[in-house]
Amino acid sequence: MAKLVKNNTIKLKFDSVKNFAPAPESKKAAKIDPQYDLFINGKFERPMSKKYFSTINPATEEKLSMIAEANTADVNKAVKAARTAYDKTWKKMPTAERAKYIYRIARMIQERAREFAIIETLDGGKPIRESRDFDVPTAANHFFYYAGWADKLEYAFPNRKTTPLGVAGQIIPWNFPLLMAAWKIAPALACGNTVVLKPAENTSLTALKLAEIIQEADVPPGVVNIITGAGVTGAAIVNHADINKIAFTGSTDVGKIIQRAIAGTNKKATLELGGKAANIIFEDAPLDQAVEGVINGIFFNQGHVCCAGSRLYVQESVFNEVVRKLKDRLETLIVGDPMDKNTDIGAINSKAQLDIINKYIKIGLQEGAEMYQSSCAMPKKGFYCRPTLFTNVAQSNRIAQEEIFGPVLAIQSFRTDDEVIEKANNTAYGLSAGVWSDKGSKIFNLTSKLRAGVIWANTFNKFDPTSPFGGYKESGYGREGGLHGLSAYINLV
Amino acid sequence: MISTKIIPDFLLPPHIDQVGIEERSSRFTKRSIKNETKLNGLMLALNMIDLTTLEGKDTDGKVKQLCYKAIHLHDVYPGLPTVAAICVYPSMVKIAKKALEGSGVKVASVATAFPSGQATRDIKIRDTKYAVQHGADEVDMVISRGKFLQGEYNYVFDEIAAIKEACGKARLKVILETGELVTYDKVRKASDIAMYAGADFIKTSTGKISPAATMPITLVMLEAIRDFYYKTGKKIAMKPAGGIGKSKLALHYLVMLNETLGEDWMSNEWFRFGASSLANDILMQLMKQKTGIYQNANYFSID
Repeated sequence: MAKLVKNNTIKLKFDSVKNFAPAPESKKAAKIDPQYDLFINGKFERPMSKKYFSTINPATEEKLSMIAEANTADVNKAVKAARTAYDKTWKKMPTAERAKYIYRIARMIQERAREFAIIETLDGGKPIRESRDFDVPTAANHFFYYAGWADKLEYAFPNRKTTPLGVAGQIIPWNFPLLMAAWKIAPALACGNTVVLKPAENTSLTALKLAEIIQEADVPPGVVNIITGAGVTGAAIVNHADINKIAFTGSTDVGKIIQRAIAGTNKKATLELGGKAANIIFEDAPLDQAVEGVINGIFFNQGHVCCAGSRLYVQESVFNEVVRKLKDRLETLIVGDPMDKNTDIGAINSKAQLDIINKYIKIGLQEGAEMYQSSCAMPKKGFYCRPTLFTNVAQSNRIAQEEIFGPVLAIQSFRTDDEVIEKANNTAYGLSAGVWSDKGSKIFNLTSKLRAGVIWANTFNKFDPTSPFGGYKESGYGREGGLHGLSAYINLV
Repeated sequence: MISTKIIPDFLLPPHIDQVGIEERSSRFTKRSIKNETKLNGLMLALNMIDLTTLEGKDTDGKVKQLCYKAIHLHDVYPGLPTVAAICVYPSMVKIAKKALEGSGVKVASVATAFPSGQATRDIKIRDTKYAVQHGADEVDMVISRGKFLQGEYNYVFDEIAAIKEACGKARLKVILETGELVTYDKVRKASDIAMYAGADFIKTSTGKISPAATMPITLVMLEAIRDFYYKTGKKIAMKPAGGIGKSKLALHYLVMLNETLGEDWMSNEWFRFGASSLANDILMQLMKQKTGIYQNANYFSID
């Protein structure tokens, strides 16, 4: 005779889930040089600064390679190369010819997909499953997509003529190094611009591998220049007088600095900054799929995603059930060696980022929120953080307001639609949001009232080159991807 | 029986998102299963098989052969488990029971006018009782899909409850025939009805309708079992049947089971594969693990 059991008295056991025999991807399938120079004017050149810095594997803290540090003189050289290539070659080239080069880059990324995936994982700490199944194929798709537009711009903007902007300075973050390089370079080239791109100092390797491909693809020298370095190098790009456009993805703080720096200049800009996305689960949602979406929304790439669903709002009537399902799902996430094919959550990208995440976890506890972390074993070396949930969170808590950029989810409950719309919009950011409901009319009501650049319904963190991406408010401006992504790199005449 | 006050309203629509459930189930296939994990998984899968013959042309001899195979899967490989059960028509139960005596292998019998279920309730009950009287340890019934699709959920519920009563001590597997229910929402609803009506197992398919078991459909049912367990504390077993012929797919199912219901379900008391060709494919894989080479299919008996 079975009887009603209270939710908290029984619990499923998932210890055996983590007992997979090791299934490591081979490091040998990718070649990492001991030292990388700057890619300027089609050649790898030693930096005039004569300085190099080391890049490490955050999963093991071992040194992977030495990376050149570009100073202002190096930046000047790169911009000059880009300007010359723009004036002499790229601007004048028939658009179909430009397309061929971009297609070639896309194909070569596909051919060397495994190598890219391995290096992305070694350098950034993300699980090989994600770099293999998401980062690298999506990056190739982006080049394919924009290669297709290169000779069809007159159809993208009917009855208008388009001209390129000139030289684009592009600065990208460490969370999706290759993919962000693709997001920046592909539309810029397709529209006829030349670029100077700087990857983040923690994760320069795949951008430099991309430089190798660009060299092998015979892209005319100077069309793409990839220079490495930290904030100072970035500032030199932003402040360079001969750059026509700045495209930046990164933190809101740096975005504000950039905006101040280019104020009063002729430079155009697109800024893709932070986020604190609300994921909203209604009582009529497909709960198990919603839970899965929430898990992927916050723990994808260790939560190092600007559009991560870091705030969860659950309708009160299903709150306990959803939290219980989330906790069960948390127990089945495998945290560990990013190179293992079964790893779900890899290493935090850097010590500095881990410190920030731990600081916020501490703040959450001090604010009186209730913490739940998965019980998994953690590797002894490297930078790791357990997937973390906070319940009993208030809208005024810092963990519900500030971007943590890690695997930390703040959960609140709500009662009515209007209440959750108000709470979801009550943030300085506006990059993305998610709505979970089986009722179409409710979804459309919410999507029209939520102030976020991307709103997913019954899914989360879906990306496609054809779909524009970008934010409201302090999440930045301008759109990348799709037709909108083209307008960021052209003048309409 | 479960006290009526906690039986949910089956008229309410369940909420299963097709894209989401298919994405989740494909994620399990990304797990990389190697070495001892693979070996243990294959052994477990072998031990979870309901070795099945459900054909009009079945004879006593065929059933006896299958029963021998159930106990002696591949005698050149020492230490192999037996399968979980032999699944036959009611008329073959007696033969199978005798052939399997003392082996620990269970006899499962389909009943209730399998596979269509198009018979009156008293015939279904007699069919069930006949199988149980001849020694069936488990009864695999089919639900009345026509009634279910008409919205006669009470009819379906009562029928399952009646068959459960007729089963006595035999464990009842309720076949939803998901290939005829088509949508995930309907699979979820039928799963709930079956569990609340007294099913010990819920089972996807008869094997006579295509599509038979798929990973997303099985996942919908496993999640139904999980929710039922949390509501009542009662464990329900699961049996995907039909379409699982390869070891790799069977391992994917086990990963799905492990990550949905946890280790307490990882035995043949709580999970079965309804399959006829899976056993030989697993044996082939085991021999490959042991010897390093794939052997010719002729080295494995076809029963």
